Amino acid sequence: MDTNSDNASALADLAEAIGLSLPNDIIEATVAGEDLTIIVQRPSIVKVLKFLRDDSNCQFTQLVDICGVDFPEREERFEVVYHLLSMNHNLRLRLKVFASEETPVPSAAAAFSCADWFEREIWDMYGVFFSDHPDLRRILTDYGFDGHPQRKDFPLTGYVEVRYDESQKRVIYEPVKLTQDFRTFDFMSPWEGAEHAHQQMLPGDEKATQDG
Amino acid sequence: MAELAEAEIENYTVNFGPQHPAAHGVLRLVLEMGGETIDRVDPHIGLLHRGTEKLIEHKTYLQAVPYFDRLDYVSPMNQEQAYAIAVEKLLGIEVPKRGQYIRMLFCELTRILNHIMNIGSYAMDVGAMTPFLWTFEEREKLMTFYDDVSGARMHAAYVRPGGVARDMPAGLVERIADWAEHFPKIIDDVEGLLSNNRIFKQRTVDIGVVSKEQALDWGFTGPNLRASGLAWDLRKSQPYDGYEEMDFDIPIGKHGDCYDRYIVRIEEMRQSLRIINQCLENMPTGPVKVQDGKISPPPRGDMKGSMEALIHHFKLYTEGYHVPRGETYAAVEAPKGEFAVYLISDGSNKPYRCRIRAPGFVHMQGMDFMLRGHMLADVPAVLGSIDIVFGEVDR
Repeated sequence: MDTNSDNASALADLAEAIGLSLPNDIIEATVAGEDLTIIVQRPSIVKVLKFLRDDSNCQFTQLVDICGVDFPEREERFEVVYHLLSMNHNLRLRLKVFASEETPVPSAAAAFSCADWFEREIWDMYGVFFSDHPDLRRILTDYGFDGHPQRKDFPLTGYVEVRYDESQKRVIYEPVKLTQDFRTFDFMSPWEGAEHAHQQMLPGDEKATQDG
Repeated sequence: MAELAEAEIENYTVNFGPQHPAAHGVLRLVLEMGGETIDRVDPHIGLLHRGTEKLIEHKTYLQAVPYFDRLDYVSPMNQEQAYAIAVEKLLGIEVPKRGQYIRMLFCELTRILNHIMNIGSYAMDVGAMTPFLWTFEEREKLMTFYDDVSGARMHAAYVRPGGVARDMPAGLVERIADWAEHFPKIIDDVEGLLSNNRIFKQRTVDIGVVSKEQALDWGFTGPNLRASGLAWDLRKSQPYDGYEEMDFDIPIGKHGDCYDRYIVRIEEMRQSLRIINQCLENMPTGPVKVQDGKISPPPRGDMKGSMEALIHHFKLYTEGYHVPRGETYAAVEAPKGEFAVYLISDGSNKPYRCRIRAPGFVHMQGMDFMLRGHMLADVPAVLGSIDIVFGEVDR
């Protein structure tokens, strides 16, 4: 469609312009489909956000979303993903920053006020630390909660459950007791071959080659 | 008379909620008061946190649909639509025309469903009882339409990746058309009670003013952004499903106060009615979901005779379909603002990550700057005007 190709070429132009303006701050810029994704050096994120907000070719005046993603097998396991919107140019943009448990990410609250709660949520859910954040407290979990629940190694059932205890007249925490085993069914088909569909191995295919 | 020593007033804190009828659910606001005025607002959210995003990572793509009904439970279908569009983008499929029109029709019905809920309860928050009763009667009729297509009044799970669950039953188009004919009268009646009502205006005009710059800086979307004077609507600027074929206007406000947010919602309902009427008039015929046995389940009848249909059905409801590796961001103009799903697939039958961008979460954050310097009694007025539902704020 016309609008799609217009959009894609606009994004490619934009990627080039940003790459020229901030050569030392950007690791990689890719256009995939309708999305432009730029991977940014962690220390430069605030600078890049401010540039994208104020530059007349960009005008990404709205920070729509910040979220975390966990890839436990990577050395820097967390991705912090920023979604920006330019209303004047009607474009969207995705920025990514890599971080680990120890490396703090500079807070975007210096560029966009709405980053405050998004970053609190990522801190709460993933344990990514944001430096220079105005008020980095937990936001969604309970008062006194321990752990970061959206990490891939955090169990879906959690560790503690809560109930009101009649004898103690207060709410108490207890280790999770399941009346039946937690059921995770593995529906991955071991017999649909990968060759005819995609060249890559699909998750579940490895079971077809195992013994037994 | 003894000279009055100037008393040192210390700030004290007021706890608003979590069980307060005007808190619209489970919100705890810690208000720091300097005398009668509010110095700082600290919303404590998360009391309704269910870990939706984590749960979705453990479900197949189809099983994740019902979670979207339970986010913002007064506008379920718009959220299903955002998720469906995200999955469709990754799968690279396009919904048939009739499916798109049914989605649009029901998403606009949902927008009205949401706005009458908001206006009714908002009027009640600031002291008017009657609009609440009138609008809830209309909600009941709208939920009957939900019931007709999906079998559920609220948690419909009707919009699915690839289209909608099933076609509309016979006669529903006429029933919706009948309803759409008499509904403008209800809007006029509610407006007659509120729009020029002195008490209502005293409670809302110039309360919680948000400038254009603030609205952008704080990430406001939807009616709250438009009330501040920015004509931005994803249905116009980045149309999805079939909105590019629809003729409608974007109402905007001037002052960005509570009253403008109310007026914008009233006008949006009229525009939604225009879209509904266009959908009903031009409703195409044909299938309502993609005709691909690998993605949408076969009709029940086929399964009695066709082995292939039976296998497809079995595979879809056990393993589910695999979504190609990739990531996408799909945003829709939900009644409350930009509702978006950022979906990362690792090529398996379950989402690797499903981030839900809820408009209410961002608007809730704005409570602090909106309420500073206002009186305690303005808290319900501002809270009601930004249209908060805790299902989506806490996820």
